[in-house]
Amino acid sequence: MQDVSAISGNSIPADEPKLNYINNGHTLKSWLLTKDHKRIALMYLLSVSAFFLMGGIYAAFIRLELLTPASDLLETATYNKVFTQHGILMVFFFLIPAIPAILGNFLLPLMIGAKDLALPRINLLSLYIYWIGGIITLWALMKGGVDTGWTFYTPYSTTFSNSYVMAVGIGVFINGFSSILTGLNFIVSIHTMRAPGMTWFRLPLFVWAHYATSLVMILGTPVVAITILLVAIERFARIGIFDPAIGGDPILFQHLFWFYSHPAVYIMILPGMGVISEVIAGFSRKRIFGYEFVAFSSIAIAVFGFLVWGHHMFVSGQSVFAGLVFSFLTMVVAVPSAIKTFNWVATMYKGSISYDTPMLYAIGFLGLFLVGGLTGLFLGSIGLTVHLTDTYFIVAHFHYVMVGGQVIAYLAGIHYWWPKMTGRMYSEFWGKVSAMLVFVGFNLTFFPQFILGYMGMPRRYASYPEELQVLNIFSTAGASVLGIGLLMPVVYLIHSLFYGKKAADNPWMHPGLEWRTSSPPPTENFKEMPVVTWEAYDFGEESGLDIEEARRREAVTV
Amino acid sequence: MSDNHAEHEEHIGIPGYIVIFLILVVGTIFTYFSSFWDLDSIFPGANTLLALAIAFTKMMFVILYFMHVRWSSKTIWLAAVASFFWLLIMFAFTMQDYFTRVSGVFSA
Repeated sequence: MQDVSAISGNSIPADEPKLNYINNGHTLKSWLLTKDHKRIALMYLLSVSAFFLMGGIYAAFIRLELLTPASDLLETATYNKVFTQHGILMVFFFLIPAIPAILGNFLLPLMIGAKDLALPRINLLSLYIYWIGGIITLWALMKGGVDTGWTFYTPYSTTFSNSYVMAVGIGVFINGFSSILTGLNFIVSIHTMRAPGMTWFRLPLFVWAHYATSLVMILGTPVVAITILLVAIERFARIGIFDPAIGGDPILFQHLFWFYSHPAVYIMILPGMGVISEVIAGFSRKRIFGYEFVAFSSIAIAVFGFLVWGHHMFVSGQSVFAGLVFSFLTMVVAVPSAIKTFNWVATMYKGSISYDTPMLYAIGFLGLFLVGGLTGLFLGSIGLTVHLTDTYFIVAHFHYVMVGGQVIAYLAGIHYWWPKMTGRMYSEFWGKVSAMLVFVGFNLTFFPQFILGYMGMPRRYASYPEELQVLNIFSTAGASVLGIGLLMPVVYLIHSLFYGKKAADNPWMHPGLEWRTSSPPPTENFKEMPVVTWEAYDFGEESGLDIEEARRREAVTV
Repeated sequence: MSDNHAEHEEHIGIPGYIVIFLILVVGTIFTYFSSFWDLDSIFPGANTLLALAIAFTKMMFVILYFMHVRWSSKTIWLAAVASFFWLLIMFAFTMQDYFTRVSGVFSA
């Protein structure tokens, strides 16, 4: 493993036919019954992308409706369904699984030097469960949809809604088990499948982030599943759980729902933070600043993330004392996120930075996540939030965290590891154009929404006062730019599969284990069991990464 | 897998599992009949408390014997205890709201 040729990317002639995980079996059966984590990740990529596209189409309808003050494109009842379904598809079927199920599945065994995840059959099962949950949800949406908001708040979901609440609930319920099994698989794999020499503090921070995410998945997801079951019991058996008329309490639903759904925000963002750690360290060619702090801040976020759910309920009838406690804890959970952000910036300081496409996305992440995080403090402040709750300020805040954070990190990760996943290079030019368009389009879409929210525009309404139209036009125009920016990678990444330059094994000259096998990797990941003798993010020669030698070899071969 | 099964059966054996199963059945029947007793006259919520106590006992048998936690490593014990700790967080922070709604520190 110390041989430079092993990482130079040109150790194997480009034209030599190689058996890899993609060409190792061409039948449909070989894909549908595969236990290879890499193939499962690719199937997740296709499925999750389909849901992202569907959620995006709903978003387009929302922005088109809000182009004008009157409710003129959609009926108000239809608008309720459109924003609900946008949220459900995006949160449960895109944001939560995207990075863990695609990048996590593909990379985690490679990064720890394993042949596969510890429980390959369970991994395939989690994909099938995701498909079943998704199909049930889509069926319910086609039959008539759901209009409760993605949060399924009672009493909308129990008493007033006649839409397909329970069908969608069952879809989400089933889908939750996919998360649980993925999290379980990751934890077991990290504990038991690490290669010799791969100690806990040599693990890439991507792995640490996925470990923390898996804890949240396992501990939180069952609660939302039980909550959905309780809604079903109340709807069908009229047993009083959430309805005051029969002895229940609607606020209890919010407690149970947010006990999962606030940590779920960290299920979405923590893997993204893992991606950003890899990309920033790699493209700054520096060991991450404060490795241990960044690693443990992931665990701290996972733990503290469970203690702050009440900040979603400041104006819902929760006691003032509880609000005060949750407000304080919300300020506390900002600390580990801030540690990460400071350490990423410190990593870049005096680094040898190259502005390749993944790095452009990662730098975009830093700015957008910062805005998203800091506006979270506005909303965690128990006084200010009274003015801002249920306005577009909230919408802007969580889109800055979810899209500006998770989606940008996901795109950074896809671009970073695309050569490893497919063995092909994409067009750097179009990659950079796309990253710029996404950044500009995103800000144009969501920054005006902070102002709209501060001016009092409520969320979830199809109409608004005329004086707010200019900012809404900005927002819709930005959404168009964002949409183009997001569609561009679909085109040039697919193009790269057929016409892209063959990727070297280690095109970025980075030290991680995943770059020390061929692109695409063989089914068993490594020809020999890797033995790790270097520290994480060691760009020195000690890690076998003689970049000058590797570049010389590349120049000679190319 | 067969080796694992053989190893587990050494712990309490098939008769042991049957005994545990019977304990769970008795617990279920006891829960049913106890719901007819008017324990709430002792203090409000006593019926619920008894039902939860029985359920908790049954759960402990399942975790310790059916799930083999009793013979598992410290890591597994840590995972099991952590899940209860998380449950405690959920109950404690939720009840923090309910207990301070009317007579809370900051209410009128």
